[in-house]
Amino acid sequence: MVILVQFAIGLVFGLGLIVAGMSDPAKVLNFLDLAAISSGGWDASLAFVMVGAIVVTFIGFKLVLRRRQPIFGEHFHLPTATDLNARIVAGPAIFGIGWGLAGFCPGPGLTAALTGGAAAWLFLAAMFAGMAGARFLAARQTMPAPVRTSPPDTRNPTSAGDTP
Amino acid sequence: MTATEFTPVAALLGGALIGIAAVALMAATGRIAGISGIAVRLLPPYTEAGLAGRIAFVLGIVVSPLVAALVTGSVPIPRIEAKAPLLALAGLLVGFGAVWGNGCTSGHGVCGLSRLSMRSLVATAVFMATAMATVFLIRHIL
Repeated sequence: MVILVQFAIGLVFGLGLIVAGMSDPAKVLNFLDLAAISSGGWDASLAFVMVGAIVVTFIGFKLVLRRRQPIFGEHFHLPTATDLNARIVAGPAIFGIGWGLAGFCPGPGLTAALTGGAAAWLFLAAMFAGMAGARFLAARQTMPAPVRTSPPDTRNPTSAGDTP
Repeated sequence: MTATEFTPVAALLGGALIGIAAVALMAATGRIAGISGIAVRLLPPYTEAGLAGRIAFVLGIVVSPLVAALVTGSVPIPRIEAKAPLLALAGLLVGFGAVWGNGCTSGHGVCGLSRLSMRSLVATAVFMATAMATVFLIRHIL
């Protein structure tokens, strides 16, 4: 049941992208092209998509989060991080460059899978590779450093060779 | 560049549908509708439950153009201007950056801003700025 529900929700999400025109990278790029405001051809649609989505989500989240638990789960999984670290700037900076290169972000990449031909599959394959790379690096970064946390082994002088 | 038409009403309606989906996913599973977060967890290693649901969600997005075609009679074709090498680079950067920054346009731009998250506000401002700068460079400088 919950799986069918998630399929339906994905379908609504995809239809939202299509109705909004955001499944078309040309429309996205024409929003990002601010120089076109003066020269003509600027397409402000993306801003209206954001407004429509945020108004509904803002109100909807408030209503839903009054409940004690989700319908098919025991508790809500809300992000808890609040620190403004380097990753919250570097990640989006990199993401934005990629977004600006082709006009694709992950959602429209997925709606293009069956309609965008080989170009869409190339983007998607590269996107999943990039995701795997970031997850790999992130996992390495957050791994505890056992050499530093364990007390120094004074009986074995060769352990000093661990330091780079 | 391909000329596109400013479509404010369709944009608001489509945006509202995206919002409904985000609210529905929160109500059903208690999860943020972040496409990059859901997509990256389609890849191994599978450290948490719910893989079938995530696959179903992504499949729903993938088949949505076919459903749109059944309703309207025409398949919505994305107009992809970028050539193959640029698309590959774009995909790598989008995938890497979204996971490194814990979210993309949906997770930070829609869900995060709706939760008034400062991290998401920073993320959205940064990716909008670098995306606009990138388009400016490609279209008007290079």
